[in-house]
Amino acid sequence: MAKLTLDELRRRREQARKSIYLREGEFRGRVIVHMGTCGIAAGARAIVATFLEELEKSGRNDIMVTTSGCAGLCSKEPMATVEMVDSPPVKYVLLTPEKVRKIFAEHILGGAVVAEYALGIGSERAG
Amino acid sequence: MAARRIELMLCTGTGCVAGGAFRIKNVLEEEITRHGLQNEVALVPTGCNGFCGQGPLLVVMPEKIFYGWLRTEDIPFLVQEHFLKGRPVKKLMFTPPEKKEPIPLISDIPFFKKQMLIVLRNKGIIDPEKIDDYIARDGYTALEKVLTSMTPDEVIEEIIKSGLRGRGGAGFPTGIKWKVCRNEPKTPKYVICNCDEGDPGAYMDRSVLESDPHSVIEGQTIAAYAIGASHGYIYVRTEYPLAIKRMQKAIEQAREYGLLGENILGTGFSFDLEIREGSGAFVCGEETSLIHSIEGKSPEPRQRPPFPAQVGIWGCPTVINNVETLATVPVIINRGADWFSRIGTETSKGTKIFSLVGKINNTGLIEVPMGITLREIIYEIGGGIPGNRQLKAVQIGGPSGGCIPASLIDLPIDYESLTRAGSMMGSGGMIVMDEDTCMVDVAKFFIQFTNDESCGKCTVCRDGSDALLEVLTRITDGEGREGDIEFLEELALAIKDASMCGLGTTLPNPVLTTIRYFREEYEAHIREKRCPAKVCKNLIAYWIDPQLCQACLICKRECPAEAIYGEKHMVHVIDQSRCTKCGTCLDVCPPRFAAVKKLSGEPVPPVERGMKVERKKKTATPLQEQSSA
Repeated sequence: MAKLTLDELRRRREQARKSIYLREGEFRGRVIVHMGTCGIAAGARAIVATFLEELEKSGRNDIMVTTSGCAGLCSKEPMATVEMVDSPPVKYVLLTPEKVRKIFAEHILGGAVVAEYALGIGSERAG
Repeated sequence: MAARRIELMLCTGTGCVAGGAFRIKNVLEEEITRHGLQNEVALVPTGCNGFCGQGPLLVVMPEKIFYGWLRTEDIPFLVQEHFLKGRPVKKLMFTPPEKKEPIPLISDIPFFKKQMLIVLRNKGIIDPEKIDDYIARDGYTALEKVLTSMTPDEVIEEIIKSGLRGRGGAGFPTGIKWKVCRNEPKTPKYVICNCDEGDPGAYMDRSVLESDPHSVIEGQTIAAYAIGASHGYIYVRTEYPLAIKRMQKAIEQAREYGLLGENILGTGFSFDLEIREGSGAFVCGEETSLIHSIEGKSPEPRQRPPFPAQVGIWGCPTVINNVETLATVPVIINRGADWFSRIGTETSKGTKIFSLVGKINNTGLIEVPMGITLREIIYEIGGGIPGNRQLKAVQIGGPSGGCIPASLIDLPIDYESLTRAGSMMGSGGMIVMDEDTCMVDVAKFFIQFTNDESCGKCTVCRDGSDALLEVLTRITDGEGREGDIEFLEELALAIKDASMCGLGTTLPNPVLTTIRYFREEYEAHIREKRCPAKVCKNLIAYWIDPQLCQACLICKRECPAEAIYGEKHMVHVIDQSRCTKCGTCLDVCPPRFAAVKKLSGEPVPPVERGMKVERKKKTATPLQEQSSA
């Protein structure tokens, strides 16, 4: 590789920052895909993959995609909860990759809940 | 490459590697692939995380969940439960001793909470073998700033203003050293990074080289710019193979990027670095010995002045800075001297790394602001002493340092307060000792070390340490005489006065501080032939209490010297003439009997062989017996 100039080093830094955001990032939103046995059987793995693809396409580095156990409503799997800062969490049910793309664009990027796929707004009470 | 959802920050510092981190890495990779998670979950090998007592360990990002004491057999379950199904595994999380509930998040663990990371800013966050990871964390921005907008004099002024002092031990102001070197007319000039870390129990410098080698390269390049050097050396002991490997790789990557070599970043400044391996002589940490070692001469110190900043390697002006000092420099340049000098105490600015070892629950590497008290380090970060035993002393600064007694636990740690207490900052080893430690024995251990490592050039250091060792050995052997303490004190001061280098002038510190703070222990050894901590073999005896012995035969079976007589229903008796005082009987005697006692300074009560066992009454529960014992 040719030696870097100042500008090239700076460009490289911007590029490199994107690759480590999971370790230090400030997150504005979180997608939790429910990955109990029921979820996986109903296709939750593809849901995770679609969220990650969309995330990559968007170039956003303040959204976290995580998984959690069964949410208890096995007949409505695959399910995912979308939590954006400053707004209540929304549970989406019976997901497909197409629905995920719409949710990603409208809710996560656009801030508008996709009511037609939502089970409800809010979460169960803990305890 | 699609976005990932999890990064596993797997510690691959020397400690965790010794514990099997690379084997765990292999199994993790296999399991991740087996579940088809390779596009979603990435593994990042990092340098030392710091919490070495919990190794091998990993941190799950972005959730920040900490897993410790990993075994390869735990990995399949962990991958399936957490990384696939999203259910964090409690039993692999950190649970403080004597607590039931684990602490999932690394940010909530007290060991990490009280720390302040400047030198270790990238530990556990970057892959030390990837220059891009360092660059992403503002790496080489300080070098950019220096080369494009600061004159060498401005750099030196900034470092002087920051109050940064050498982290290798003596605490000389770094900026002043640079200024002296810059003002020398002779060229070429050199800058050397001292990573000859020889103190027993200390591994701060190794850890920095292993976890963030580029921070040292960047600091050293800035130093070179400030003093006008075009060549530098990194002096690492050959016992640090992983540090050498990672540093070598880092140097190559920096050269490839044009961050080392000719015309750095097109600014016209040139500087290059090479590693020199030292073969592990303790005295090579002393700067003039280190220079001799690089020059291929016998590593013996020489008289100063002239200081290396005036006449150093190859007779040229040379700045020698410690690893930690250099790794601090980029942060000072980026964040400013004012910011840095607000951290710490009046005379000691910034943070210091300590390796916290010995009788402490949370063993590991910590970075704390100067001025923090020993109490905070031991009880908050260190989590206290195992088995709730009493703190007795802390040895700070390795063999050149001294023992700080428990009574000084609220002492704020800085260069001056440690020196006043008879110790020194040293490179930052911190060995915690509890009530079972014999202070005379500790002094003997350190003198044994420095006696071995004395280069032999100065008579007082070479023969004086021999004489110290001889008297200390006599005292611990129970042959101490009146006047020994006074002799030790007098000799220690003479060694301090007449030695040429830092090794000799500091080697008596452990003797002087243990006499200063624990004189009564020396007196007990000499006058009563008693070792209060019951450590010195010649002064202790093991004895089986005939009232408590239940003739279980375990100690008789386990005794490697076959020194125990006994049979079923007969009280066991130790034959004192055959006993080697290994302590096995004490270790194996069931706690519910607790029949084996350690005695010191009192005659061993005679026990007849063939005595019948006195059976304990059934009504007493073992618990009650223990608490009444």
